[in-house]
Amino acid sequence: MPTFVYMTRCDGCGHCVDICPSDIMHIDKTYRRAYNIEPNMCWECYSCVKACPQHAIDVRGYADFAPLGHSVRVDRDEEKGTIAWRIKFRNGTEKNFLSPITTKPWGTAIPQLADVPGPSQEMRDSELLYNEPKYIRMDEGGLPTLESAGLKMKKGVYY
Amino acid sequence: MAYKTIVEDGIDILVVGAGLGGTGAAWEARFWGKDKNIVIAEKANMDRSGAVAQGLYAINCYMGTRWGENNPEDHVRYARIDLMGLVREDLLFDMARHVDSTVHQFEDWGLPIMKDPKTGQYLREGRWQIMIHGESYKPIVSEAAKKSADKVFNRICVTHLLMDESKENRVAGAVGFNVRTGNYHVFKSKTVICGAGGASNIFKPRSVGEGSGRTWYAPWSSASAYGLMIDAGAKMTQMENRIVLARFKDGYGPVGAYFLHLKTYTQNCLGEEYESKWFPELQKMVGKEYLDPEAAHLTHRPIPTCLRNHALINEVNAGRGPIHMVTMQAFQDPHLEEVGWENFLGMTVGQAVLWAATDVDPKNENPELTTSEPYVMGSHATGSGAWCSGPEDLSPPEYFWGYNRMTTVEGLFGAGDAVGGTPHAFSSGSFTEGRLAAKAACRYIDDGKAEGIVVSSEQIKRRKEEVYKPLEHYKVYRNAIVAGDVNPHYINPKQGLDRLQKLMDEYCGGMSVNYMTNDKLLHIGLKKLAIMEEDLESLAAKDIHELLRAWELKHRHRAAECVTQHTLFRKETRWPGYYYRGDAMKVDDENWHVLTVSRRDPESGEYTMEKAPCYHLVAPDE
Ligand SMILES: Cc1cc2nc3c(=O)[nH]c(=O)nc-3n(C[C@H](O)[C@H](O)[C@H](O)COP(=O)(O)OP(=O)(O)OC[C@H]3O[C@@H](n4cnc5c(N)ncnc54)[C@H](O)[C@@H]3O)c2cc1C
Ligand code: SF4
Ligand code: SF4
Repeated sequence: MPTFVYMTRCDGCGHCVDICPSDIMHIDKTYRRAYNIEPNMCWECYSCVKACPQHAIDVRGYADFAPLGHSVRVDRDEEKGTIAWRIKFRNGTEKNFLSPITTKPWGTAIPQLADVPGPSQEMRDSELLYNEPKYIRMDEGGLPTLESAGLKMKKGVYY
Repeated sequence: MAYKTIVEDGIDILVVGAGLGGTGAAWEARFWGKDKNIVIAEKANMDRSGAVAQGLYAINCYMGTRWGENNPEDHVRYARIDLMGLVREDLLFDMARHVDSTVHQFEDWGLPIMKDPKTGQYLREGRWQIMIHGESYKPIVSEAAKKSADKVFNRICVTHLLMDESKENRVAGAVGFNVRTGNYHVFKSKTVICGAGGASNIFKPRSVGEGSGRTWYAPWSSASAYGLMIDAGAKMTQMENRIVLARFKDGYGPVGAYFLHLKTYTQNCLGEEYESKWFPELQKMVGKEYLDPEAAHLTHRPIPTCLRNHALINEVNAGRGPIHMVTMQAFQDPHLEEVGWENFLGMTVGQAVLWAATDVDPKNENPELTTSEPYVMGSHATGSGAWCSGPEDLSPPEYFWGYNRMTTVEGLFGAGDAVGGTPHAFSSGSFTEGRLAAKAACRYIDDGKAEGIVVSSEQIKRRKEEVYKPLEHYKVYRNAIVAGDVNPHYINPKQGLDRLQKLMDEYCGGMSVNYMTNDKLLHIGLKKLAIMEEDLESLAAKDIHELLRAWELKHRHRAAECVTQHTLFRKETRWPGYYYRGDAMKVDDENWHVLTVSRRDPESGEYTMEKAPCYHLVAPDE
């Protein structure tokens, strides 16, 4: 729901501006701090909240259907590879959740395709993609075709 | 104009929009095109852009062939029955036979996929869905795309595709502007893979005021894939096939895990099961072929999603709303309670915010459901998008013109929401489609199909003037009034969006008219859309941010026009629960068991509509 920024916590670093998919976190020219310029185009996606190093951004549920007095806070820790959530209800109930966000250290697990051996002509002429057929079933099985699936091309219906 | 023109020349593969489809395309292109120049132009920041910005808690399309779970043909059957018979079976089979290799790669890349502790296999949410801790799904696929691309241009709103001037109907790149600097960017490219996503906000949303960003599909899904491709003269298919979602009220939190994994179910305000009650009457509308509750019970054949919506809508209209999701039993189990909440935190945080604000704890009360406004897209449970070629080994002649996922414009490819006829691809299938398009685009170039492209400086200049026109218009007329936004010379993008949403809602079957329309209403809608197009020439943007909104609106308007044309063309009610043609309330298989295909002539703006045959490669049930 729409975000807002605590005046005393924001240092104007611009991480939120850089990440918001809706382009609505902007730096206020007078205060040199960030704010949400178009709350009715906010998806409460929390991308900016997660990205703010100062934890300066919070969310206050949409005024038209969410009563005041709640909070959903998040701490995304890239090094630990976890995300922690704390939900506080209007009536004070609290719930906490912790989930992994990756199983591998960032930036290490994805290969540079420029460095892997290129495809043979035979592979180019086939219907295979990178790492296939191996990666389809993780065994020696091939790519399913009409024939292997026992299917026949039937005439198109054109009522 | 003070804005610089920045030209990026010599591109082989330009990816427009790097969501799940676009990142898949950029990643795979490097393997087939080691020597190729691969460039990404993305409206936001690729690390958190598109429908997966907040993450996902499930991968909704995974066969599990390695564990003998499903084969591609099973998925074709499933998507076909869900879409009331009308899908591109060649494209679906093709996506389904590759999608597992995509998911296995994701696991290698660090995406946490949950496992069944007993079997060690991926934990199933339902027959097709597997559960993930997908908060970082988008940053992970973004890293893959960055590793393959030569250059990534974030914050470029692409406004138009460039067309070759030496050969008709061939793409030559794209243009747009930088949402930060305002600069004009020209990308000259041999091929374009369009992954600019589906459409929210073309129908009036249920949410109002401050809350109107709370749409189910992301508010930044601006129909750009459709706007760009239609304007380039690409043929579109099944654009009438909009989707309405039954979701938790107001927050639009997902229900998949609730139905499938938590085994929660719905009931009316009296605590009764209501769905089956509507089926006999509904069966008369759609025929036994599409709704056979007994067969569904015996063979686990799903009841099409639209028909379940129909029951919900009618039950509410009969005065027995609200519809509740019965969560109180499931949530007594702490594990299931955790899944229920994390499901929101992982992909629709706003639903958690809303329940916290309203003290709704599903352990103690059953939350309300509602049906959403319609959305237009081609990767979720619906198949709107461009009419694309299938792969050589699967496609009949009508579906094949040389290159997999190439639209009817040469060199222009699609992935994800951009491609029509392939519902139920979801995130993994969209990424897979991007990979398929990338391989085909490389081959297209290697076959010499992109030789001799000419783009004149006149074309580049003409587009530039068009791009900045809303800024100019504002400058010229702003001072005609004292202050405020009411000006006889212009409308701003928000005012335009309100108009578009209202007219689509009222004339094209939105939620405030219970998804009902007819021939007369659609004709009025088209007339109003045409007048609106004239007003879009007087759109005013006070800054670069509003210029972004202006172009989003133009893309939405074009997509809306195409949706209305298709809805008018198909004279039947194929998907009751998504929309109704009041003047043709039945499924009419005699005349309409076909795919609808449109083309808008870029010169005249006239639409040509045709029927394309529906090929059933896969025999009916096992
Ligand atoms: C709430 C929700 C829940 C979902 N749940 C699931 C699930 O559980 N499992 C699952 O598998 N799938 C799920 N999906 C579906 C999945 O997210 C989509 O199918 C998939 O993201 C579609 O991919 P795409 O590449 O077509 O579009 P997107 O991923 O939306 O990407 C489109 C990209 O284009 C960019 N763009 C748009 N316009 C322009 C322009 N003019 N110029 C340049 N760039 C532009 C956007 O910024 C974006 O990066 C869910 C979606 C939503 C919204
Ligand atoms: S990221 Fe945080 S500290 Fe930086 S500008 Fe935004 S709100 Fe301020
Ligand atoms: S929650 Fe999402 S849409 Fe809203 S301001 Fe933050 S990043 Fe933007």
